[in-house]
Amino acid sequence: MKNNKTIQTILFNLLGLIILTGVACKKRDVTGLEAPKFPKTADVFIDDFTGDLGYGAFGGSDVRAFSIETRETYNNSRQSMRFDVPDANSPLGSYAGGVFISNSGRDLSGFNALTFYIKANQAITVGEIGFGNDFGANRYVVSIKDLPVATGWKKIIIPIPDPSKLTAEKGLMYYAAAPIGNRGYTFWIDEVKFEKLGTIGLGQASINNGNNTSITTFAGVNTTITGVIATFNLPTGVNQVVNLSTAYFDFKSSNTAVASVNANGVATALSAGTSTITATISGKPATGSLTINCAGRYINAPTPTRPQSNVISIFSDAYTNVPVNYYNGYWAPWQTTISNDFTVNGDNVLNYNVFNFVGMEFTAPTVNATNMTHFHLDAFFPGTIAPGRQLRIILVDFGADRSFGGGDDTRHSTTFTAPTLVSQSWVQLDIPFSAMPGLVSRNNIAQIILEGGDNSTLYVDNVYFWR
Amino acid sequence: MNFQIIKTKKINKANTFAYLALIVLLSSCQKDGIQNLPKRSWELTWSDDFNGTAGSAPDNSKWNFDLGTGTNGWGNSELQTYTNQPSNIQQDGNGRLLITARSGGFTSARINTKGKFAQAYGRFEARIKTTHGPGIWPAFWMMGANIDSKPWPQCGEIDILEQKGQEPHITYSTIHGPGYAGGSSIAKMFSLENDRFDNDFHIYAVEWGTDFIDFYVDDFLFHRITPETLKGKEWVFNQPFFILLNVAIGGNYVGFPTAGTPFPQTMMVDYVKVYKQR
Repeated sequence: MKNNKTIQTILFNLLGLIILTGVACKKRDVTGLEAPKFPKTADVFIDDFTGDLGYGAFGGSDVRAFSIETRETYNNSRQSMRFDVPDANSPLGSYAGGVFISNSGRDLSGFNALTFYIKANQAITVGEIGFGNDFGANRYVVSIKDLPVATGWKKIIIPIPDPSKLTAEKGLMYYAAAPIGNRGYTFWIDEVKFEKLGTIGLGQASINNGNNTSITTFAGVNTTITGVIATFNLPTGVNQVVNLSTAYFDFKSSNTAVASVNANGVATALSAGTSTITATISGKPATGSLTINCAGRYINAPTPTRPQSNVISIFSDAYTNVPVNYYNGYWAPWQTTISNDFTVNGDNVLNYNVFNFVGMEFTAPTVNATNMTHFHLDAFFPGTIAPGRQLRIILVDFGADRSFGGGDDTRHSTTFTAPTLVSQSWVQLDIPFSAMPGLVSRNNIAQIILEGGDNSTLYVDNVYFWR
Repeated sequence: MNFQIIKTKKINKANTFAYLALIVLLSSCQKDGIQNLPKRSWELTWSDDFNGTAGSAPDNSKWNFDLGTGTNGWGNSELQTYTNQPSNIQQDGNGRLLITARSGGFTSARINTKGKFAQAYGRFEARIKTTHGPGIWPAFWMMGANIDSKPWPQCGEIDILEQKGQEPHITYSTIHGPGYAGGSSIAKMFSLENDRFDNDFHIYAVEWGTDFIDFYVDDFLFHRITPETLKGKEWVFNQPFFILLNVAIGGNYVGFPTAGTPFPQTMMVDYVKVYKQR
């Protein structure tokens, strides 16, 4: 193909001559001056940094993780990029991560993928590699997560979902890699460039992971569209999923009186009714949708009236809460519950979706409820209460060792059913400690576990001990 | 690479127009140089534009279904069960036939014109948008109509389009016959430069006469077979052949699907047309 190239170059020169001649004849139009153009450079790192490139490490990472390598290079090129991921307990940083930034910004709209070669000193999984992270607004981020890397060089292609957005992009590449089994490792990247590849199959973008789901919510509640991905078929015929920022999408609400949606994919319920949020990317429909069933005005949980001095609060806007490690431990592997906590008119609410069970934990310090007499929790079921539906509330005391296990933990589970449990109305639950014989001690209470969910939604508010 | 020599000569002529025209042609990468194609004149003898209603089966006056798993996976350890269900084969109401390979038991469809249409010689073409994914094997092909009395490979086979989903930029043309069947068949690949076949429709064709079989993609001749090609083996292409369309899953030719094979995979056929030479 060498001859071809030469001839094409000649052609370009010829065309250039013609264009130049044409321009010279044209009268300058000073009223229609265009915005400054950014360079269309493709190369990021071939044998060295391309002119405009700089590097910055992420906070908390080992700032010395990145270096330039002369021995392990792709196709015997002069230099490659080397990344040394630290051990988990390294004082220099707990992971490797950083951004390669173009100081000038580039017009990448003529390309459709970032490509590079990668290998490692052992089979590893790199947490995330992508582009669009510019240490600034990070507006058009695209990445591959959990990228498997082998000990031989392999070409990676990260497709650009909508190149027309990248007319002034500074974030040319970023990476984040954590130790595996607490141990560090080394990987190399070479021949990093943007390309226009005809061998990538037509992509399909999705919101809500391509699913059509619905939520029940209230006026004034914001819901962020998640599961924003795009799938492209690689030249090998297999699909590659990339994660991308919502800014690539144009969102639409089917009923703007019921819900609005902004450019960041945050939908706000406005009034009672149903609205479906969909999206397009460069004019092409994305799969997946979120239907918002707005039940109208939010019903606030009754405001607690007991004085602060008689309360130890875990979660309430009426009291000062004690330090809490988490309101959802995402306990693997069987927990399905995800948190989409919301704030409506200044009232914070714990919103458990796909609820089967969930744990809250407070160990710094544990709660000494010896002087308290009751536990209180407000629950709201926006859906129907199915026959046999339970809500079990389990209090766990960690015992004298103030840590999980150790043979001194005690717990008691209290079960609630209909007619105590009702739909669409706050259920105020109070459990006296006298009714919790399983909880042998209550001076190191550290967990509250809610069980009995059927994968529907549960709101929780005003979680506290009282006397 | 003969074309490069030709190219040099033409440039030396210093004919500006020829020079520019040649450059334009060369810049379309794969289609090397200028083809002096045989001038043949065609008359339509058979066609299907798949203009049926959405969800309808292909016209049964033209096509038969091959159903089931054949013997030993249609002779190739293929995984799919062929059905006549709309989920595997239907016209789309927009002038296209859709053949869809599905996972979950691996189902797909295969149709043929045996007993309904067969022709010796002529131009057989189809406009097709193919598939992708490791182990996916779309095909537009022909077998000798005498297959019942002269079992394969004696009946002959002409494969106008075969692709391997793990290489969606490559298409293959192949002939099979006695002494040159299966692994020793006579095949040639044609690959696109920085493009792939499943991103758009392409026209796949064979032009076949008494002593030649010419394979084309988008009217570019990329494979010519003559009796001399067979080096003394028997030329079995002087009798009518019937047409087949299918998408296979797995097998000895393409390899097997992997966890990364995207399903379902749909081959879209805009039309099949057959001509005879005037």
